[in-house]
Amino acid sequence: MTNPMNPDDMHALVDLLAPEARQRAIDALALKDPQAAETLRSWIEQRDGLRELNRSVLDEPIPASLLQAAGRFSSMQQDMKTGWSRFGMAASVLLAFGVGWLSRGELGADPAAPAIATKAMAQHEFVRQASFAYAVYMPEKRHPVEVTAAEQDHLVQWLSKRLGRTLKVPKLSTQGYELVGGRLLPGETGARAQFMFQNAEGQRITLYLGAVDQRMDKIDQGGTGFRYESDGAVSSFYWFDQGFGYALSGQLNREQLMALSTLVYQQL
Amino acid sequence: MNRQPITAHIPGLRRYARVLTGDVWAADDLVQDTLERACTRWRLWQAGTDLRAWLFTLMHNVFISQVRQGLTRARLAPTVDLEDVAQELRAPDTSTGFAIDLQRCLLRLPDDQRAMLLLVTLEEMSYEAVAKVTGVPIGTVMSRLSRARSRLRELLDEPKDRPAATEMGSTAPRSVPVLRRMK
Repeated sequence: MTNPMNPDDMHALVDLLAPEARQRAIDALALKDPQAAETLRSWIEQRDGLRELNRSVLDEPIPASLLQAAGRFSSMQQDMKTGWSRFGMAASVLLAFGVGWLSRGELGADPAAPAIATKAMAQHEFVRQASFAYAVYMPEKRHPVEVTAAEQDHLVQWLSKRLGRTLKVPKLSTQGYELVGGRLLPGETGARAQFMFQNAEGQRITLYLGAVDQRMDKIDQGGTGFRYESDGAVSSFYWFDQGFGYALSGQLNREQLMALSTLVYQQL
Repeated sequence: MNRQPITAHIPGLRRYARVLTGDVWAADDLVQDTLERACTRWRLWQAGTDLRAWLFTLMHNVFISQVRQGLTRARLAPTVDLEDVAQELRAPDTSTGFAIDLQRCLLRLPDDQRAMLLLVTLEEMSYEAVAKVTGVPIGTVMSRLSRARSRLRELLDEPKDRPAATEMGSTAPRSVPVLRRMK
């Protein structure tokens, strides 16, 4: 009792020590200063209790409005890096609208031009959402998916029902990837599903899919076609087929991801 | 850590805001305002520095300015349709008695003390990092932390079985929404 414990040291003990070390320190202190030991016990109980509060929020899907705000931030950052991409996008939209408008009157009909610009933006938005969803759930240790591969039948039935189309989970085991499970996510135009796969090294990829604006693939006379997009860390191949969009995302190089995407496409 | 995209930080921000405000809607509003602020001030964030710390700094500033304007108090005592919150009421991690007591008592702490306690415990920030996020000297962080922990202990030790009526004066826990059936 001659040397009462300094409050800063008490906080450090509560916040920085591992549970066993905390306990040893408190047991030792209890003999000299039972009151201080009791205070520490209650602070530790508080700390442990606080850390459990609303833990489930960490696993909730992120509301679309927050994802959109985050998307704006990321695209600003991205534009800083890539220079003029936003300007370029805006310019191409203007150009397309301009061409469409002009052509209506003078150059004969090309009514698809404005629609193509809108389509390009909508497709960009789709793959961006897929890559966000990958970035959010890929690092997740305890709850990477809502329903695990162990309940694959239930998973497929559930997501098929919510997306309004019979879904199939592609088999990627020839490339070393096994299904981890899946989850339901909010998207621009309704529900989206995410299937996660993992290989023996713990490398994860996700297949993100959902209904998109019908116009998106109708205009695409030349077939579906894979498109590639990478924001540096996360790369995606994406395509649109019969009113549905698909994006396969991962931290792989273009060739690896292309091989996997082909495999997915063949099975869907 | 720093290389993570902004979306990777959103679940943590939402959870922190939820515990800080004790209210589902106020919490997501707070995160939304934080992200909007990030969009308008993105030039001030330097790529490669700690994005999470920057976001928490923005959120703390938004929260404190809302508190000063009395916004959170107005928002924190909403009337809520029971059916809207039915899922929350069933949420497993709020079902223990201690968690409910803890959240209730936590919300009776002064706002700045509560924020510091949560940055240290929930977010596991170092005391130096908390000082930077909240913009106060580290000595102030330590003294507020002491006050927060002592006060929270007193509140938790108060007898819980006394009639609710004695609690319902001006010090009523402002986190608890007034439940009302709409139909």
